[in-house]
Parts: sequence; structure tokens; C-alpha cells
Amino acid sequence: MPHDQGEHEALVIEDEAGNIEAQIVVDALQEVLIGKGLLTALEVTSAIAKLESPGIHLGAQVVVKAWTDPDYRARLRSDGRAAVQELKIPVTEARIIVVENTPELHNLITCTLCSCYPRSILGQPPSWYISKAYRARSVREPRRVLAEFGLDLSENIQLVVHDSNADMRYLVLPEPPEDLERFSLHELEALISRDHLIGVAREVA
Amino acid sequence: MKRFAAGDIVQVLALGKTGHVRIPHYIRNQIGRVTEYCGTYLNPEDLAVGNTAGRAVDLYRVAFSQRQLWPDDVIPQHDTLVIEIYDHWLAPAKETPNAP
Repeated sequence: MPHDQGEHEALVIEDEAGNIEAQIVVDALQEVLIGKGLLTALEVTSAIAKLESPGIHLGAQVVVKAWTDPDYRARLRSDGRAAVQELKIPVTEARIIVVENTPELHNLITCTLCSCYPRSILGQPPSWYISKAYRARSVREPRRVLAEFGLDLSENIQLVVHDSNADMRYLVLPEPPEDLERFSLHELEALISRDHLIGVAREVA
Repeated sequence: MKRFAAGDIVQVLALGKTGHVRIPHYIRNQIGRVTEYCGTYLNPEDLAVGNTAGRAVDLYRVAFSQRQLWPDDVIPQHDTLVIEIYDHWLAPAKETPNAP
């Protein structure tokens, strides 16, 4: 990771992740279902493992392919879902829209209504992405939010915030590092963080 | 029938519907520009109450000027917000100097 993610997350997380009531209901329901033989504990853990297996390594793979293969990049921009599937990554989202950063433009992804996120390629969203503070402030004062993530975006750069409020899911295609040829594909993938792909970080180096 | 094309100016309606609506309050009544047609999708207002037999509705991505959304703030003129709006929440509108 290019920077410590623990540092800024502490700034934006609020105390709302611990939904104790829902947890109690879920635990009770699971106990009843297992007791009645309708479900096994193994089925629960394997479902959780399946849910948690996608991660940002998949998103990073897509981005590096786009950086190093112009034809792929064009296909990714026109049909994100099909281009991701080309890499044998299973996609559950109806559509993936890839938004590209340029020297003049920066993209930021949010979901003001809940926690919509391209889980097939990025895994589960970080807790700050789900927080009410990020969901409200990412549309209300996005430049201040970026500054809190350590990104002071120049006013000359256009900021486009994408609210994934409905059926589309979004992936930011960051700009490649200037000295792209210096790195192997694996090294390039390792330079990309989840924050780049949401848009709360910009420079990949 | 697709009512809008990329570039069209539209206004988001304030339908006052209750239940599971996917059009946040901050965007209602605002005027923006269609950037993309996304295809047809089952209406989340139907899906939320278990009705999977409802009519699929057109979905558009619409861009708004951040300055227009938050007029009291100092915001660079080129900053925008893009959000998905279902057809029944949109009305055609006239060109305004504020549309992105």
C-alpha cells in the first residue's frame, strides 16, 4: 500500500458500525435454523468466505491490464462488465461503469443512499464508505473530504462525484505512473490501492 | 420508449413517494443534463415490496453543477455530480445557464 489506510479511516468512521440489535436477531435466527437442521454452521462460514473472497487485487488487475493494453482500455471504457469478465473474474453487478482520471479530471465514487459498491472487483466496502458522514459529505463537500484523505485537489482539476444510487456500479481508472515501463505487471498491481479505485486517492507511484 | 438522449436538459421531479425510493432528496427539483442512457431495470420501488413482475423502467445518468446544488458554497465552476435517475422521476426542462 502506498500509504497507511488506518490513519485516515480513523478520521471518518463514526460509531455506527456496531449495530448490536441486528446482530442479536441474526444470531438468534441462525441458531434456530441450525437447531432445526435447515442450515449448518459450515454452510454459513462457506457463504461468508465466498462473500469475502473478491478483493481489490481483482480491481488492480483490471486497471493494470487497461494501462498496458490500449485496446483493452477502450473495451473497458465502453463495457466495463464484459471487459472484467474477459479476465475470468465473475461479475454479479448489472453494469460496471469505468470512469477515467485524466490530468484535468478526477472522479470520486459514493453511494449516498446505502453502500452500493463494485463488490465483484473490489470486495466488501471499507467501513468509512458506509458511514453516514462519508455518504453525506462526499456529495455536499467532496473537496473537503478528499483533503481529509490527504488529497488536496487543485481547483484547476474538475471533480466529478458519481452517486451510485441505483443500478450502476463504478470503478475509477487512475492515471498510470509516469515511469510505467519500469515496473512488472505484479509491481504495478501492488501500487494500486482500494482508495485509488474509489477516488479518495489520486497519484499512483 | 426512451424519452431522453445524452445532452438533453431534464428536471428531477419531487414525487413525494414513500417507501424504498432511490432518488435522494438533495437532487429533487434540480435541473441537469443527461449524460448517458443506462438501459431498463426493474423499478426498485416495486422490488422493495416483493413485486418482481412490474414494468422495467428506463434509467439515465444525469449530471448537475455542484454550484447549482450548493449555491451558498464556493465551488469551482467545472465541478459536477452525476447520479442515476429513473425515467418516471424526470421531466423535460429548458436550457439554463447553470446546467453542466
